[in-house]
Amino acid sequence: MGEIEAVGLVKRFGDITAVDDVSFSVGETEFFGLLGPNGAGKTTTIRLMTGILKPDAGDIRIDGIDLLADPFDAKMRLGAVPEVGNIYTDLSAMENLDLVGRYYGLSKDERRQRSKALLETLSLWDRRNDPLRKYSKGMRQRVSVACALIHEPPVLFLDEPTEGLDVQSRRIIVDLVKQMNRKGTSVILTTHNIDEASRLCERVCIINHGKIIAISSPEQLRMAYEKNLAVEVSFNKKIDRCLLEECTPGEIEEWGDKFRLLTADPDKTIQKIMEVRKEHDLKIVSIQTVGPSLEDVFVKLTEGPR
Amino acid sequence: MRARIALRSVFVTTRKDIKIYYKKAPVWIFGLLLPLFLFLAFFIGRDLDTRQYFPGFLAMSLFFTASSVGPLIIPWEKQAGTFERLLSYPVSLSTMVIGDILAGVAFGTVISLIVAVIGAAFLAIGVADAMMLFVFFAVGNLCFAALGTLLSASSGRVPSNTMMLSALVRFPLIFISGVFVPLGSIHGAGAYLAYASPLTYLVDGFDHSLGVDSFVPASIGILVLVLYSLLFFGLTIVLLRRNLMKGL
Repeated sequence: MGEIEAVGLVKRFGDITAVDDVSFSVGETEFFGLLGPNGAGKTTTIRLMTGILKPDAGDIRIDGIDLLADPFDAKMRLGAVPEVGNIYTDLSAMENLDLVGRYYGLSKDERRQRSKALLETLSLWDRRNDPLRKYSKGMRQRVSVACALIHEPPVLFLDEPTEGLDVQSRRIIVDLVKQMNRKGTSVILTTHNIDEASRLCERVCIINHGKIIAISSPEQLRMAYEKNLAVEVSFNKKIDRCLLEECTPGEIEEWGDKFRLLTADPDKTIQKIMEVRKEHDLKIVSIQTVGPSLEDVFVKLTEGPR
Repeated sequence: MRARIALRSVFVTTRKDIKIYYKKAPVWIFGLLLPLFLFLAFFIGRDLDTRQYFPGFLAMSLFFTASSVGPLIIPWEKQAGTFERLLSYPVSLSTMVIGDILAGVAFGTVISLIVAVIGAAFLAIGVADAMMLFVFFAVGNLCFAALGTLLSASSGRVPSNTMMLSALVRFPLIFISGVFVPLGSIHGAGAYLAYASPLTYLVDGFDHSLGVDSFVPASIGILVLVLYSLLFFGLTIVLLRRNLMKGL
């Protein structure tokens, strides 16, 4: 089953180094996330690893095969959903899948059976013969994902696959990808949706300015920033945030009807909140101590001038 | 294994192009109707020997049809985002371009054969050298389909830009290549221009095959068209590599 390995990848466009000495490996059946702000180098990294672009330096192995030395064999083992559009809207879902199946050398029976199974899973079987220009964005993206899976690849690359989709399409796609992953497909996912990455990925790689700045499991990344704790509190009535300024030396953020007080000492902060409560005759609706989210870690790691 | 995958990628690309792109209006307008109207505009109301000019018309028709879709495929693919995806399949730039060229060859062959059959039937055109006619059909289609893909190679994702470039290159060629003015009547600088144009060798080859006076030995004409095909293919790959990110 699919292993992915990138060693010392470099890609330059003129004076700009889009990918700067990027190395990582993804194990068999691993779900791996690639996170980073816009322009960080995620899409270029995916383009290098799917054979769309050639690196200026470095090596890539897909399922044990050197992508640069043997691109045809390596590409047979990968499926990719690029960032945009990428299916033929003049063709139907069946015709798109048939075309992709031909590129991978599937027999007529295999193409038909796998297309049927995928389109049923993706709730598109009833619309299989409609041209895709009549589909919604979410439905087209489902077909796009199906095209990447028709040859049952051991390695799957997904570049922002659920960006801007409706909830139903997003769930259907995520469920199918999780199912493929359970069956043994290694997945590399790039996404802006940190929640999604946190839920799906066993490890994430945070990339900025073309360089890897952190690579670990979401939980370990959060723990590394555990000192950035916060207390979240909400009261029975709206209060001015200046009332809470004495409770923490850290920042105070308003999150809907809640206040989030960043602190290194939650116990002391809670005591001070209790004093404010008593002094102003307030009732606490909820209070909890929270650690940093993956999003907090992401922002922390990628903040600063871009 | 690699050769089999490469060969498959060529033919699947050709099939894809034929299925998707040859139904599109610009292909029929710029590939078939335009040369037909040009020919009619030249001939109607003038007392010209149609049989003498028919090889030129046949060559022009082949030239326009074989090179009509090539300039549009890559910009259309880039615009739709399918170009990037295609490159992630087991294909290479070279096999993709060869597939596109073969699709142009198929379109050019079908349309120019129809023109040839109609010409033979209505104008009583006789064939003087059937073997050479076949060879010139083949290399002519190959050469101008390759020219079509070359025209698309420097472009981004806007098909209308490519159409402008395509018109800029293709229209002057028909006026310097012996289509409307017989090659024997072109002198001086015009003759140098004519012999630099690949279309000249096709017109002259058809002249030879259909029993009209020709000026270049057929074997030289074939060689020149093959060399131009290789040049266009090579330049397409170089330009595509250089402009790969343009419009992605």
